[in-house]
Amino acid sequence: MLLKFDLNGKSQSVDVPEDMPLLWVLRDTLQQKGTKFGCGKGLCGACTVHLDGNAIRSCSIPVSQVQNKKVVTIEGLGQGQLHAVQQAWIEEGVPQCGYCQPGFMMATADLLQRIPNPTDADIDDNITNICRCGTYYRMRKAIHKAAQLNQKD
Amino acid sequence: MWKATRRNFLIKTGAGLGLALGLGWVGKKVIRGFIVEQADKGALVQFSTDTEPQYWFEVQKDNTILFHSPKIEMGQGVFSALAQIVAEELEVSINQIKVVHSATSHGPIDPNTTGGSDSISSTFSQLSMLAALMREMLRERAVALLGIPLSNLSAQNGYVIGQGKSLSYAQIVAQTSEWSLPDTEPTLKKPEKYQVIGKPLPRVDLEAKVKAEPIFGIDATFPDMVYAAVVRSPYFGAVRGIVNAQEASKFLGVIRVVEQPDFVAIVAKSRYEALMAKEKLQIAWTSPTPLLQQKEVSDIVQIGKGDLTVVQENGDVTGLEEGEDSIKIEFHTPLGAHAQMEPNGVAAYYKDGKVVVKMSTQSVKNTRNEISEATGIRVEDIDIQPTFMGGGFGRRLYTPHAYEAVVLSQEMGLPVHVLFEREQEFQNGYLRPPTHHKLSAKLNNGKIEVIEHQIASGDVAFGSSLVPSFAPTVLGADFGAWRGGLFHYENIQNNSVKYWRCQLPFFTSWWRGLGLMANSFAIESFIDELAKKAKQDPISFRITHIKPDERGQRLIGVLKEVQRISGFGQKALPEGHSMGVACATDVNTPVAQVAEVKIENGAIKVLKVYCAIDPGLVINPDGVKAQCEGAISMGLSASMFEELTIKDGKVTPNQYLQYQMAQIRDIPDIEVSILSSGDKPRGVGEPPMGPIAPAIANAVASLTGTRMTKIPFKQYQFN
Repeated sequence: MLLKFDLNGKSQSVDVPEDMPLLWVLRDTLQQKGTKFGCGKGLCGACTVHLDGNAIRSCSIPVSQVQNKKVVTIEGLGQGQLHAVQQAWIEEGVPQCGYCQPGFMMATADLLQRIPNPTDADIDDNITNICRCGTYYRMRKAIHKAAQLNQKD
Repeated sequence: MWKATRRNFLIKTGAGLGLALGLGWVGKKVIRGFIVEQADKGALVQFSTDTEPQYWFEVQKDNTILFHSPKIEMGQGVFSALAQIVAEELEVSINQIKVVHSATSHGPIDPNTTGGSDSISSTFSQLSMLAALMREMLRERAVALLGIPLSNLSAQNGYVIGQGKSLSYAQIVAQTSEWSLPDTEPTLKKPEKYQVIGKPLPRVDLEAKVKAEPIFGIDATFPDMVYAAVVRSPYFGAVRGIVNAQEASKFLGVIRVVEQPDFVAIVAKSRYEALMAKEKLQIAWTSPTPLLQQKEVSDIVQIGKGDLTVVQENGDVTGLEEGEDSIKIEFHTPLGAHAQMEPNGVAAYYKDGKVVVKMSTQSVKNTRNEISEATGIRVEDIDIQPTFMGGGFGRRLYTPHAYEAVVLSQEMGLPVHVLFEREQEFQNGYLRPPTHHKLSAKLNNGKIEVIEHQIASGDVAFGSSLVPSFAPTVLGADFGAWRGGLFHYENIQNNSVKYWRCQLPFFTSWWRGLGLMANSFAIESFIDELAKKAKQDPISFRITHIKPDERGQRLIGVLKEVQRISGFGQKALPEGHSMGVACATDVNTPVAQVAEVKIENGAIKVLKVYCAIDPGLVINPDGVKAQCEGAISMGLSASMFEELTIKDGKVTPNQYLQYQMAQIRDIPDIEVSILSSGDKPRGVGEPPMGPIAPAIANAVASLTGTRMTKIPFKQYQFN
């Protein structure tokens, strides 16, 4: 099925099965590898992207549901520069293996749009992705830092 | 052009490449002396063979240094630490070094694995020496090129400088066709002269990871690559019967269904199509009857069952009979998963008798050997190009999927990517074995007179392809299972550690720290109960029983340090808060931790963890802190939440969330203090896994009076 959607500000058309998860369209059809596969069931958040400005887990969204909508992935998050969340991640030295981080950064960018200055409780309630290396402690600091960086801009 | 100077010291020159240095350590007397010395210390890792040119560094035209790391980056920060070691002796800035994974066709091949917390400790001396040799060769060439005596030439920031003149390393390389080795062994810097080592520099892979560059095994591609979904056994012990691929092979995008003696795969144009078609494949599995259940697993792993080996015995260990001064406590830990975020993935391309394999592996050499043995392709025709790993934790020490991808590529004549599904990671990988511990001790005048630790565990090292099959006969005890199980309280005159090998009908093996978490949980929980019975402060009670030799002093040092930063036993805590302490020495690195907890809605809430560690010479203190934070978080997750059981022959659960792990809400504040004794680095990645579970358990015991003897702690409710 021929489908059209906006990916990171550019119009994209793909000819794929309509029930193909957005994750695999991004990764395999469009070779945008920044969005990660973790579980395939929407449980771990490694595949988090933004759909019309909201964080979704792309492994569990059929590509037909993004028809004519706007998708933003980690590759487009900063629109050619480092997004405040990415900058904060660097300043706090968050990543270890790095695999889950794109999903966390996408989830954080979404959180900061909704709650520009989140409390620790807001972070606890909203950031539900999984990291195995245990970078959570630095992530929390980086989320607060990203909120500060956003407010400076 | 390969050019071997003085036998195995390898130097490569050529347009566009610059100087490349490799080493067959046997080439030169001074080097040989160095090696013998290292071997005496048990520290030798020989990263070279006589036949294969293996290049560590290449000076490039832009005066950057390409460093081929034989150790694989899995999040532990090894690229950054090794780059700092190189920068220090080569006299270049860290930004001039580009670290890449060493491919087996080109760079040094690690004869061991990336694991066991020894990537820095086992390479530090050799890497320093190699970098210093290269620096000296560049300086000596500059003598001729600049006409300045050696004593007036210094190397800094990638330049050789003297008497107002300078040449970049790249310029020296460009003007050199013959290289000679220094006549004397280069002098290595004294730690007080270090300028790069010891600095908390940002990770060298930070930007690639924040920008989400395609650096992992799952991301590896070749042009025209196709995707395979491999069918794996749904039950332990299931035997594959007839495969009916009629429906599956008609599925959109499917190119072929490949049936091999040991696996079946659907190869399709896209991963999605392969996965969908796999659901249509009909396979008659013969399952063993009855199917394995958790009760059998629990029955197998029991003190008193399996084969007994005495691992440690000193003095007289009789007299442990029940009595007023005696305590016995049993502990249990469950089956656990690695749950590394990146499922195992591999891309292989076989062409004209040679194969290139891009994948995440902790065991490059072993992976290559296994492919060779399984396919008959000669090892020199197999190029393993390691990728970054999306977590390792021991899960990538066994990589049979590499061979699957190679066979599929041979069959298809195309590059093929194989990827584990998450459910397969749980069912078809390997697990951390369950353990059972029995601790017994007797006090005499407030001191431990006699103590015994009995460990029953599924296999860790035994049964692994990394350990020779005769090891159980020779060693008796599985060194992985009893890791952390010996007493670090060597002042106790009468002690014994007994290990029961309990073989499970499924594969259990390496997991971060191996037996360290389980054994530390048992020993350090028990020690706290003994301290309580002796009516002594847990820290001074521990210190009393530590032998104050060099190793013991370091352990005492971290206990005192963690008390200093946490105020354990000295600081007034808010109502309802409590602290617990625990310590361990692993890979010769002592760690002590204090956990501060409270009870919230009937469950344990860990509020803060303090950690003191003494890993010897610190290459990057921020990296050490990150490893401590990570190990504490992983250990907290495993001890509070994680548990697998076996139901009807299957690992249950087999997905995230159902397999509960720590999330950001569960992770406390973490404060790390680093002590640094000695001038050589020791391991960091695993030691902090030891104390966290018992530190939490001890805090909960002092708060509630409940001694938790089973992991995970979520099974305990407090009101």
